[in-house]
Amino acid sequence: MRYAMTIDTRKCVGCSDCVVACQTENDVPLGYCRDWIVEKTVGTYPELSMEIRSERCNHCASAPCVRTCPTKASHYSDGGTVMVDPHECIGCKACIASCPYDARFVHPEGYIDKCTFCLHRVQDGMDPACVAVCPTKCMTFGDIDDPNSTISKLLATRKWKTLIPEAGTKPKVYYLL
Amino acid sequence: MIEEIITSGRMNPEIDPILHVWGWEIPFYLFLGGISAGLLIFSAWFTVRGKADRYPTAVKITPLAVPVLIGVGLLALLLDLSHFWYFWQLFTNIRWESPMSWGAWTLTLITPLSILWCAIWIEELFPKWDWKIKEVKAVVNWARSKRDLLAYALILLAVILGMYTGILLSAFNARPFWNTAILGPLFLTSGLSAAAAINAFFSKDHKEKRRFARIDVILIGIEIFLIVHMFMGFLSGTEVHIQAAEMFLGGEYTVSFWVFVVGLGLLFPALLEILELRKKFIPAIVPFFLIIMGNLALRFIVVEAGQASRWLY
Repeated sequence: MRYAMTIDTRKCVGCSDCVVACQTENDVPLGYCRDWIVEKTVGTYPELSMEIRSERCNHCASAPCVRTCPTKASHYSDGGTVMVDPHECIGCKACIASCPYDARFVHPEGYIDKCTFCLHRVQDGMDPACVAVCPTKCMTFGDIDDPNSTISKLLATRKWKTLIPEAGTKPKVYYLL
Repeated sequence: MIEEIITSGRMNPEIDPILHVWGWEIPFYLFLGGISAGLLIFSAWFTVRGKADRYPTAVKITPLAVPVLIGVGLLALLLDLSHFWYFWQLFTNIRWESPMSWGAWTLTLITPLSILWCAIWIEELFPKWDWKIKEVKAVVNWARSKRDLLAYALILLAVILGMYTGILLSAFNARPFWNTAILGPLFLTSGLSAAAAINAFFSKDHKEKRRFARIDVILIGIEIFLIVHMFMGFLSGTEVHIQAAEMFLGGEYTVSFWVFVVGLGLLFPALLEILELRKKFIPAIVPFFLIIMGNLALRFIVVEAGQASRWLY
């Protein structure tokens, strides 16, 4: 089982509902976010193209944060999700420096925090909060090892990209084009 | 012209707009770790070469500072931990792929060994010295009987310590400016150079002073060679590595790096040391001070610039 997420850049409108839903669901401290919106505009007015992406931890299959962690606080959990155990984290910040997506931050309580793919919800059979709340239904979460899952079918039938694949991290958040 | 504008809604403290999770503590620790490694390597090397009496300052006196330097460095490292009370987790885990773990274990081994090393020389420097406790005396006697073995162990561990201060950073492929294998040897050479400058400055013996001034000039030459190769590597690399190099070639770190690190921290003190070797009078404190400050500046600038360099997407 390998959990992954697709985000349809043709449907995402950048409303930030996913950001707020995550902050509420996960009690993210004020002023911080585990997911965020990026808007990329290319061209010169009026000939413009725009891509809107909801970004978060890519739960990389070859995660540099897991490799550089000196204590096993950063580890692979169910379905290949990358998690941080606050009781093992010493706050050395090596994982933050090692993440090319800058997806991690220091929680005000001192340990390192980031997106968990809402594993607590997924284990209860629900979608992550960001996916559940998206008004345009641009996000799909599921198991890419199951060829019959919606996400596997999307990845098989749509064009997609991942972010900075050249960093060798094997990211598992896919952007449908 | 086609323009590209990327707007991010993320504004996490210490992460955005420019990563800044490591302040003064890490570069200061890397600086002290590098000097400690350098002092131990010279002391242990000249001991096994049977030159303890020819270079008494380097072998017997300056390494006495190492446990203090490592102690202060460790303190800085601990101050940097944002989840401080869990620091013991470093010592209940061994992670081969994590340079931070290598560092923790190397320090765990090298600190007590460097204290033993100092104890041997304290007895020799102060013949009337009395450890007062029988067990301590026994341990020091045992260490003295295994002095050469201890020296080889210290050389190995000190090389790991000196290299690791650079590898700690170069292991992060997310930060293009750090992502060069040159940083390990560069920081090791720079630590050795600072140690040579310390030995040359504190030595009272003319021959020893000249020997270490000469070693230092060679080490500075190697450092310049490594720095030039580091930039050659970046400039022949990918777009992000070229951009990382450009921060130093016209960008915001140009003046601080080339003037304070390369100019005042390497070239000028090397020139002064060469003049000194040619019997010109140069106040010894000047090259010593410049090399130490250049060493410190190198680590501060590299830690800062690495955090500012990133992948583009």
